Amino acid sequence: MSLTPFKVPIVPELRKNTILSLLAKGLRTSERDLVTPRIVRVKTGVIERAEGSAQVELGNTKVLVGVKTDVGAPFRDTPDEGVITVNAELVPLASPLFEPGPPDENAIELARVVDRSIRETNAVDRKSLAIIPGSKVWVIHVDIYVLDHDGNLFDASMLATMAALMDTKLPDYEELETGEIILDRSKKTMPLKINKKVLTVNIAKIGDYLVVDPDLDEETVADTRIVIAYDEEGNIVGIQKSGPGAMTREEILKAVDIGREAVKIYFKSLEEATTSAE
Amino acid sequence: MGKAIGVKLIDELGRRHDGRLPDQMRPVKMRINVLENADGSALVEYGRTRILAAVYGPREPVQKFMALPDRALLRVRYHMAPFSTEERKSPAPSRREIELSKVIREAFEDIILVKYFPRTAIDIFLEVLQADGGTRTAAVTAASLALANAGIPMKALVAGVAVGKIEGQLVLDVDEIEDGSGEADMPVAYAPDIEKITLFQLNGVLTREELERGLDMALNAIRELVELEKRTLKEEYVSTEEV
Repeated sequence: MSLTPFKVPIVPELRKNTILSLLAKGLRTSERDLVTPRIVRVKTGVIERAEGSAQVELGNTKVLVGVKTDVGAPFRDTPDEGVITVNAELVPLASPLFEPGPPDENAIELARVVDRSIRETNAVDRKSLAIIPGSKVWVIHVDIYVLDHDGNLFDASMLATMAALMDTKLPDYEELETGEIILDRSKKTMPLKINKKVLTVNIAKIGDYLVVDPDLDEETVADTRIVIAYDEEGNIVGIQKSGPGAMTREEILKAVDIGREAVKIYFKSLEEATTSAE
Repeated sequence: MGKAIGVKLIDELGRRHDGRLPDQMRPVKMRINVLENADGSALVEYGRTRILAAVYGPREPVQKFMALPDRALLRVRYHMAPFSTEERKSPAPSRREIELSKVIREAFEDIILVKYFPRTAIDIFLEVLQADGGTRTAAVTAASLALANAGIPMKALVAGVAVGKIEGQLVLDVDEIEDGSGEADMPVAYAPDIEKITLFQLNGVLTREELERGLDMALNAIRELVELEKRTLKEEYVSTEEV
C-alpha cells in the first residue's frame, strides 16, 4: 500500500519563494544554472572486501555501492544467463527522514529504476555470467547504500552502481568433477563484461522550470520529478516519473533533451574515475 | 512473463498476433457501481486484462496519526490476485506491486482535490483479477472511474495505456505476449481535459523520435478512453435517475 507521505520535511513558504524567484533569474540556491548538476566525485574500489565498489558524492549527497557475487542457479526462463539483483537501503544514518526497517516504497523504487536501466540494456552481459549453463551461474548482488541524503538519490545511486560494476572482479573458482564450484575469494581477477554504460538524469519540475539534479530543498518543493536513463549514444533507456504532480507532453520532451546534455557531465566523471583506477 | 520464441508478432501486413493494427486498442469495457460496500467502484477490461477498483472515503484514517492537517491522505494499493497470472502469484506484496502502488498514487495526488477534505483518508484499492499486460494503466482507468463513482471531486478524469516497441515497431496497448518479447514498454496516464501526464514510465530502449511518436500514440488513445469513461458515467447516472 502506498500512502501520501505524512512525514515530509517542511520547507517554509519563504524558502520556496526564494527558490522560485532565483529560478526566474536562471539561478539556484546552490549557485549553478538550471541544467548543471552539482559537483560530482566518483571513487571506485573503496571497500576492499567487496568484489566491486564505488562511492559517489553529488554535492552533499553521498551514496556507496558494493557488489558481492555468489554462485547460484539461473532463472528457469533464462538458463544460460547470470542473475543480477539490485537492492537499495536508505540507511537511517543518512537522514532524519529515514527510519530503520525493511526497504520502503522509496527504496524499492530507487532500486528498481537502477535495476531496469541495467537490465533493459544488458549493460552487464548476463550470458557471460553463466558458469555451467542451466545449473551454475554468477549471481551479482548490487547493494546501494545511501549515506547522506541531500536530494537526487537516483543519479548518485545509478552513477555509483555503474562505477561499482565496472570496478567488479569475480573471484577465482575451481570446478569440481561433481559440478560443484569452489570459490577462492582471496583472488579476484575476472572483470565483468560491460556491454553498455548507462546513467540517469533526474530533472525536477518546480513551477514552470525544469532543473537538473535537484537538491533536497528543491526536491521538497518540486511539483514532480522525472528520471531519465541514457546510454552513451544518447538513446533513452528508461524513464520514471517520480513524485506527485504532473507534466505536460512538452515538458517531458524538453526534459529528455535537457537530460541528454546533462548526462555527458556524469559520463565524464565516470570515465575519469574508472580510467584513473586502472 | 513468457517469451514467445519463433512467433512473429507483426506480420507482413502490419497485423499483430491477435489481428490488431499497431495503433489499435484491445476491446475495452468499463462498468461502474459494481460493488455494494465501496463508496465507488469500477470494473475495467482491456482485452483479457481485468481490473476491479474500489474507493472508500473521504473517511477517518484508520491510523489517526497519519491524518494531514491541510488535505486528504491518499492510500493506494495495486494488488494482483494469486490466480491472475499464468503461474500463481504469491498474495504477499511484491516489490513490483509496491512500486506500482506508489506511481499510481502519484498519478492521482494532483488530480483529486485533496484540499477539500483535510484530516481524512481516501483509499483506492485496485485488484488485478486477470493479468494480460497493461495492468497498471488499466488500473489507473479503473481508479479514475471508481473515484468519479464515489463522487470525489477531481480536476479531470484520467486514463492510462501502454505503448510498446515490438520488432522495431511502436504498438498501442501491449499485451503480455508482446510485452514479454518487446524492446520497450511505456505506460502513460493522462488527463486530457487539463493536458497533464500523471504517470510516465519507460522500460526499454527508445530513440528521442520514437519516444515522441509513442507518447502521442498513447495520448490519442487516452483521449478516447476518457470519452468512454464519460459515457460510462453518464449512462449510469441517467439510468439511476429513471429508477
